[in-house]
Amino acid sequence: MLKLGKKDAGLFLFVVIITLLAPFILNPFPESSAFAQFNAGYPDLMQRFVIFGIFAIGFNILFGLTGYLSFGHAAFLGVGSYAAIWMMKLLTMNVIPAIIASVIFAGLFSLVVGYISLRRSGIYFSILTLAFAQMSFAMAYSVLTPITGGETGLQPKVNDPRIFDGALAEGTTPTAGLFGVKMRDSLEWSVGDWLFTFNFGYYFAAIMMLAAFYVSIRIFRSPFGMMLRGVKTNQQRLNYTGLNSKPYTLAAFVISGMYAGLAGGLLVAMDTQVGPERMFWTASGEVVLMAILGGAGTLIGPVLGAGFIKYMENIVSKINDTILHQWFYWLPDGLEDAVVAMIYPFIGKGWHLTLGIMFMAVVIFLPGGLVEGGQRIAGWVRGRFRGKESPTSGKAAGTPAE
Amino acid sequence: MGILEVQNVNKRFGGLQALNNVNLDVVEGSVHAIIGPNGAGKSTLLNCFVGRLVPDTGSVMFNGQSLLGIKPHEINQTGVSRVFQTPEIFTDLTVIENVMIPAFAKRDGAYKLNPFKRVQDEAEIRDHAEHTLEDVGLADKLDMTASEMSRGDKRRLEMAMCLVQDPKLLLLDEPTAGMARADTNRTIDLLKHIGESRGITKVVIEHDMHVVFSLADKISVLAQGTVLVEDVPENIKGHPKVREAYLGEAQV
Amino acid sequence: MEVILLQILNGLDKGSAYALIALGLTLIFGTLGVVNFAHGALFMLGAFCAVTLNRILSLSFTTIDDTKKDFLGNPLKVETPYIEAWFGPEIGGGIIAWSVPLSILFAIPIMVLVGLVMERGLIKHFYKRPHADQILVTFGLAIVLQEVVKYFYGANPIPTPAPPVFAGSFDFGAAVGFDPGSIIYPYWRLIYFVFAAVVMGAVFIFLRYTTFGMVVRAGMADRETVGLLGINIDRRFTIMFALAACVAGLAGVMYAPINSPNYHMGMDFLVLSFVVVVVGGMGSLAGAVAAGFLLGILESFASLPFVVEIIPGINQIIIYLVAIVVLLTLPRGLMGRKGVMED
Repeated sequence: MLKLGKKDAGLFLFVVIITLLAPFILNPFPESSAFAQFNAGYPDLMQRFVIFGIFAIGFNILFGLTGYLSFGHAAFLGVGSYAAIWMMKLLTMNVIPAIIASVIFAGLFSLVVGYISLRRSGIYFSILTLAFAQMSFAMAYSVLTPITGGETGLQPKVNDPRIFDGALAEGTTPTAGLFGVKMRDSLEWSVGDWLFTFNFGYYFAAIMMLAAFYVSIRIFRSPFGMMLRGVKTNQQRLNYTGLNSKPYTLAAFVISGMYAGLAGGLLVAMDTQVGPERMFWTASGEVVLMAILGGAGTLIGPVLGAGFIKYMENIVSKINDTILHQWFYWLPDGLEDAVVAMIYPFIGKGWHLTLGIMFMAVVIFLPGGLVEGGQRIAGWVRGRFRGKESPTSGKAAGTPAE
Repeated sequence: MGILEVQNVNKRFGGLQALNNVNLDVVEGSVHAIIGPNGAGKSTLLNCFVGRLVPDTGSVMFNGQSLLGIKPHEINQTGVSRVFQTPEIFTDLTVIENVMIPAFAKRDGAYKLNPFKRVQDEAEIRDHAEHTLEDVGLADKLDMTASEMSRGDKRRLEMAMCLVQDPKLLLLDEPTAGMARADTNRTIDLLKHIGESRGITKVVIEHDMHVVFSLADKISVLAQGTVLVEDVPENIKGHPKVREAYLGEAQV
Repeated sequence: MEVILLQILNGLDKGSAYALIALGLTLIFGTLGVVNFAHGALFMLGAFCAVTLNRILSLSFTTIDDTKKDFLGNPLKVETPYIEAWFGPEIGGGIIAWSVPLSILFAIPIMVLVGLVMERGLIKHFYKRPHADQILVTFGLAIVLQEVVKYFYGANPIPTPAPPVFAGSFDFGAAVGFDPGSIIYPYWRLIYFVFAAVVMGAVFIFLRYTTFGMVVRAGMADRETVGLLGINIDRRFTIMFALAACVAGLAGVMYAPINSPNYHMGMDFLVLSFVVVVVGGMGSLAGAVAAGFLLGILESFASLPFVVEIIPGINQIIIYLVAIVVLLTLPRGLMGRKGVMED
């Protein structure tokens, strides 16, 4: 199917189904139940899942395959966003030109940054990318204010030229859409106590994500991808084998930059605004966390990581101590307070702490991230099921690009 | 005219003259062994052939083309492959992938950026790699991760990575070091067999005299960065200068 | 002339902080071969040592003074710090006012302990792993440390004043013979610079003139050989890590009055300190210090109004710009040694 191997086709199909059914899967709890706050099936968050999924997939093509750790990928996301918003200001509120422009501009920018940064490797490469990203951030904030809107950022205004669209009526806000359908348009379906939202923007971004995911599978399975893994394992050998590693790493860098640009463009398509903080280095750090937490070098890992972090950021972060007290009301008073006091630092506003701890645990114990964790558990369960330890379980987890 | 001509090569590391006016003339299709005590500059010399080091003065000509000042991958593309003293392989990749990468490099050149080709469609490359792995005796380990192999197998894998490229010149840095006698003999057979069937020129650095005298058509003795003697094996055996070099080492 | 001197002075305090953090980073990198992304967090912990001591010293009990009324007419509640009650308002108040300098004594054992625990508990397991893993795990640790601090101290900056004696500024210009008022410079910044110079001097003397330091320097140059001599390098390196943590912590303690400590100050400084290390040259202690001051002063010059007018925003990007240029033209940085972090 789709020129994919059997295993990859299965994985891809699985991701397609999950993505399409996400409005159901993410909303498992009835509206009136106490667990409704764990529902993540609202458009804004679902869009973030897939958009940051794209960002992480792209980052993984660079880091997961070549081992080059970029700490500046948010810059490409930002450039993509700015390019998209300018298309909306100048041409049309239709998202197609915006998306195309975001990919092209991010690609060009990453070509420049990559060409320079890839002259060095290891930590020097990380610092160079970091320096470029911080510079872009600082410039977007100051010098480039005419293009970036400085601190306030940019958003489409009623009186922008927009040569393809007719003039908007005064007082209306321009909204992004695709040939007449607005990104924020949603269909709601109420079944009993459940409310499912099918948002056009989500499905648009989801299809982009599926395409991005498909491309990444193909890259992983191509000779090109094999060479990139060669770069990661033994770049010297690759050179003595007659291969010039530079074009390969640069291509990987530009591809991942274009992924970042696409993500940036989609962010603008969903929520028509952009500010320089999108390029700050912590945003670059976030995508590093996503890819590695999920499983760098694996196909699905980065998407999982992105989903996991966005879920924590938007859902887990909202749990405050009142809610915790409600959950544990059935405990004796003193114990209730103790339990709440123990859990509270790790959730709600403290979700970053949990994230940091998990991230460290993954780097220390699970280099394959959540994916490897899942495989280990699956292997263990299978071993149990057969009544003996499966000897291949450990190895299966170790094979790259699984 | 040799296929590899080395003239007056000098290399100095700080105060140490690692190579001192080294001359070497390797005849096409022959096996040329370089022997000498530790620290004689053998590996340094080989490093000058593959672009890891650039000599201070002198010239290295391969097939009438200078190998100096061009990058390692360009040197390989002219037909020079090298087996390293400690196996340089892609440890995270499988055995077959390790051999397919050089095969791609041979067919497609220094780079070919086509992210949409599929490895599984490259039957020709894969067959070629499998056959080469058969030649070196790794046919049953195709899908093993390279890092899990024994040291001897890693050496053979690296040999396969070079052989799959069908190089004009094969540089071998102690190809049998640390191998058991049986493995050593197999490697000798392999190298002989390849030498005959494909006419590959080989330059071998070796300590094991059994290997040297079974393979070499010509031997250069290197000591303290200088070529003492260059001659056919029969004349090397009892050569006084050679004995001196080795005995000198023994006394230290 | 005054302008130049003023900008150099302005660059000194930030430069000192960069140099101190970069010094520790380089020590850790040079000795242990570890890229420590949590070093900024150590700086931040130091600053919060100052906050903590200040709070401990200010611990108060409440008494009700019936003779006075507050504005609602209720009896006035008076907060008296225990310390003032014990030592009298004069001395007690003095101790509280001097909490930042006192924190140096408080911070040294804490930072050494933090350093030891960090090295033994985490870093030592990463000696043989790739640099990318080291960066990642210490990055994770930095997040954890700053979140812990945020949990206990909140997200807002906490003003931590210097002793009142040093609170003001003085007329540096008049002191060196320029027009009075031409160079006004805060006392505390000068003290910070002197302090940083003393700490750096101490580190250099320690490394230069003690046997311990000699072994460590030898280890930085060639770890394996020193290991072969039968010297237990690992234990010494553990101590080096603690020392580096301590240097970063002290830099943080004294920085508290300049910039009210907040939980993310470490990260802010870390990024720049790494740039400093790379510019100075990985593994070069002198390079780290030189680059720290150089970049601090450059940044201060780039902030001059007329410079910013010619090249807008240059003050924000100058450090990164210099870093990129240096990295591309001088692969080893300004004073880096051969063979450090090269493939």
